[in-house]
Amino acid sequence: MTESFFLPDLLRILFTFVCAIVIVFGNAVVMGYLERKLAGRFQRRPGPMEIGWQGVLQLAVDGVKLVGKQLVIPAQSDKVLYRIAPIVSFAPAALPLLVIPFSPKLQGRDFDVGLLFILAIVAINVLAILIAGWGSNNKYSLLGAMRSVAQNVAYEIPMLLTLLSVIMVTNTFSLQGIVEAQERIWFVFLMPVAFIVFFIATLAETNRAPFDLPEAESELTAGFMTEYSGMGFSLFFMAEYTYMFIACSLTVILFLGGWHGPPLPYADYTSAIWFFLKVYFLLIVMIWIRWTFPRVRFDQLMNFCWKYLVPFSLVHLLVTAVVVKL
Amino acid sequence: MKDYFAVLFTGGKSLIIGMIITLREFFRPVVTVQYPREKLVVTPNYRGHTYLVRDEEKPEKHRCITCGMCQRECPSGCIALGGEKREGVKGLVLTDYRLDFTKCSLCGTCVEICPTAALDFSQEYRAVGLRREDFHYDLLRMVEEGK
Amino acid sequence: MNTSTTQGNTHRYVLNMGPQHPSTHGVLRVILEMEGEYVVNPQPVLGYGHRMHEKMAESRSWAGFLPNTARMDYLAALVYNHGYVGVVERLAGIEPTPRAEYIRVITSELNRLQSHLLWLGVLVLDLGAFTPIMYTFEDREKILDILEDVTGSRLTYCYMRVGGVVNDIDDKFVERTRAYIEWQRSRMPMYEKLVTGNIIFRKRIEELGEFTPDLSRRYGVTGPVLRASGVPYDIRRAEPYSAYPEFDFEIPVEHGGDCMATYLVRVREIEQSLRILEQALDKLPEGPFRAKTPKKIKLPPGDASFAVESPRGELVYHMTADGSDIPYRLKIRVPSFSNLSIMPELCRGMLLSDVCACMGSLDLVIPEIDR
Repeated sequence: MTESFFLPDLLRILFTFVCAIVIVFGNAVVMGYLERKLAGRFQRRPGPMEIGWQGVLQLAVDGVKLVGKQLVIPAQSDKVLYRIAPIVSFAPAALPLLVIPFSPKLQGRDFDVGLLFILAIVAINVLAILIAGWGSNNKYSLLGAMRSVAQNVAYEIPMLLTLLSVIMVTNTFSLQGIVEAQERIWFVFLMPVAFIVFFIATLAETNRAPFDLPEAESELTAGFMTEYSGMGFSLFFMAEYTYMFIACSLTVILFLGGWHGPPLPYADYTSAIWFFLKVYFLLIVMIWIRWTFPRVRFDQLMNFCWKYLVPFSLVHLLVTAVVVKL
Repeated sequence: MKDYFAVLFTGGKSLIIGMIITLREFFRPVVTVQYPREKLVVTPNYRGHTYLVRDEEKPEKHRCITCGMCQRECPSGCIALGGEKREGVKGLVLTDYRLDFTKCSLCGTCVEICPTAALDFSQEYRAVGLRREDFHYDLLRMVEEGK
Repeated sequence: MNTSTTQGNTHRYVLNMGPQHPSTHGVLRVILEMEGEYVVNPQPVLGYGHRMHEKMAESRSWAGFLPNTARMDYLAALVYNHGYVGVVERLAGIEPTPRAEYIRVITSELNRLQSHLLWLGVLVLDLGAFTPIMYTFEDREKILDILEDVTGSRLTYCYMRVGGVVNDIDDKFVERTRAYIEWQRSRMPMYEKLVTGNIIFRKRIEELGEFTPDLSRRYGVTGPVLRASGVPYDIRRAEPYSAYPEFDFEIPVEHGGDCMATYLVRVREIEQSLRILEQALDKLPEGPFRAKTPKKIKLPPGDASFAVESPRGELVYHMTADGSDIPYRLKIRVPSFSNLSIMPELCRGMLLSDVCACMGSLDLVIPEIDR
């Protein structure tokens, strides 16, 4: 049993890992393009137009440019920390994709604790940002990093509390299990408040506007990325978009019924289409929010979390507990 | 406690209104112009660099009488005139009219002061060059070359 | 400049904001003594854009200084033109024609609108919203197109002359301006909802950087910033010049003295400028657009000063002449300088992000300060 089991399993892991990397890069390209194009349309301009039809190849050209750029390492920086920070941010980004159920069959591996696995991996990003901010030896970077840590720690609480509400209903941490539990009704209709709280917390966790304080352009020039150039910058950039993708996937899995949708032929595989549609819908909403709102201030960010999100999620947890018990 | 929910409600409403506005703008047409492919019409009053107006009857001739008023009045000192005496011609004949466009502030003093209205603004807005000397225009040669 | 930690307080550090920083709007440098994210002592450092304009005025004929006026405040070049030709006219005793005065008012008000629209976008940009600035630019382009058609430039106008203006305005100009007024009126409710009503925006600038009329008087603050603290002081009313006495308009005043009040004053001023424009277009007198003046005007010995209301406040030209056509001395009192000097008072104890918002609400144009 051991040998015959081992080889296919290893192949499966390798294959999914390759797929995960493809998704990471593909998502960064699609998101980079979408963000610029949609931002353009929100602002009544066409966005990238020059390279390829409607500028579709813009990101490829940008990628080449970024690869070709010199990596400037500030003289006073902590060279080791400065170099590893983008890698620490980017490397774990692909791991959560291994457990995300894109469709009933398309999933790297269905852990019993898949949800916890994702949350644990995603939390590494905060460390990377802190390392980047500290290693750059730049005051703006450090301010950005400190903001990021405080923000992430604070917003993890309402996020986990709302997660707990979902877990109480489904009784499992397995992502596949959570999706299957929503066969009859999506959780967004059962607990809309939890969905809103979770989505707002997600925006903060992924450092997206209006909570993009770690990189607040108008205040901190570029926050923790100030000193990074070329690939150092683009690794952060790709990691950011991947974390956004993961966060939206999580929202879709927890609240929007994962891969559930109108039936398709070969649904075991093709229902991934529904999954991706839902994820990109949420991502577009994120972009939409970014190009509409001003940025909140730091104390307001914290106030909002502690005064609104945490009480709301606590009450919601209580109500869910009572309802489940009944 | 009432305030607590009131702020949440009005705030949330204002955010949704904002998003509706940007969404509406999203579907309205683009207002920018794709510059090298599309071009806007330049108004005839546009102030580009100055040029010597050609005579309507004899296109190879200009109306400059080399009085030197523009050179004297130019606040930036960017005009250099050269003239010489020639047989059979009253006054000086223009031999050189150089405009250092790098210094010009397009105030229009030279155009206004010119007694024979020999100068005018061009509609040239695409002044591009790789060297400083590219903007040292020789206005007399432009007339002779029929530019 | 104290750049080390002070009084044994080891938590303090110095953050250098600018001269290249996205929200100092030009080459302004602010040395911020910080404690965490709180600003303990902000110190503006000026002079990165110093071009000796006042000295240049003393070394060339008065007419040669006219292009310089546009380069001080590039957002209100026509208002600066207006002030300068005003002071020369007052000194030389020249009377511009009525039509010229109207044209000056119309173009100046268009210029003011353009400046306020840019400011509106930039303030919101400083707060982190990228889209409103594009919408205000759409409106602003319309003004620039109108002004380009009559003045020949888009930003650094050199349009006004002693005794009048360079080009006359025609029916097409009047028509376009009227269309623009309609358009701008139709746009204001949108800004009201998108920007003014937005909860994040309100929370960011309400009760931020409050100041009293007394403080603004001590620092010589003028313009919308002063009016936001409850003082109805506007040169167009207090010391009427040009054709302004003939128009019916309000001086918007708010009493909060915070950034929100400054914001509201400016937004309300947009409507007032539109009103002035409308009346000026209706009443536009016929006649020459430029008075007959001698070819060479010598400035008689003596002093004259002329104040105009720039979009940022009181702009005063004070000229001393000694009988030649070169001014002996030209003193320019710019509004942004005083408005900036209040900044350290306002920003003490603020968060870093609030400093950006506060400076944005002061509407500083750095080349005007440095001159």
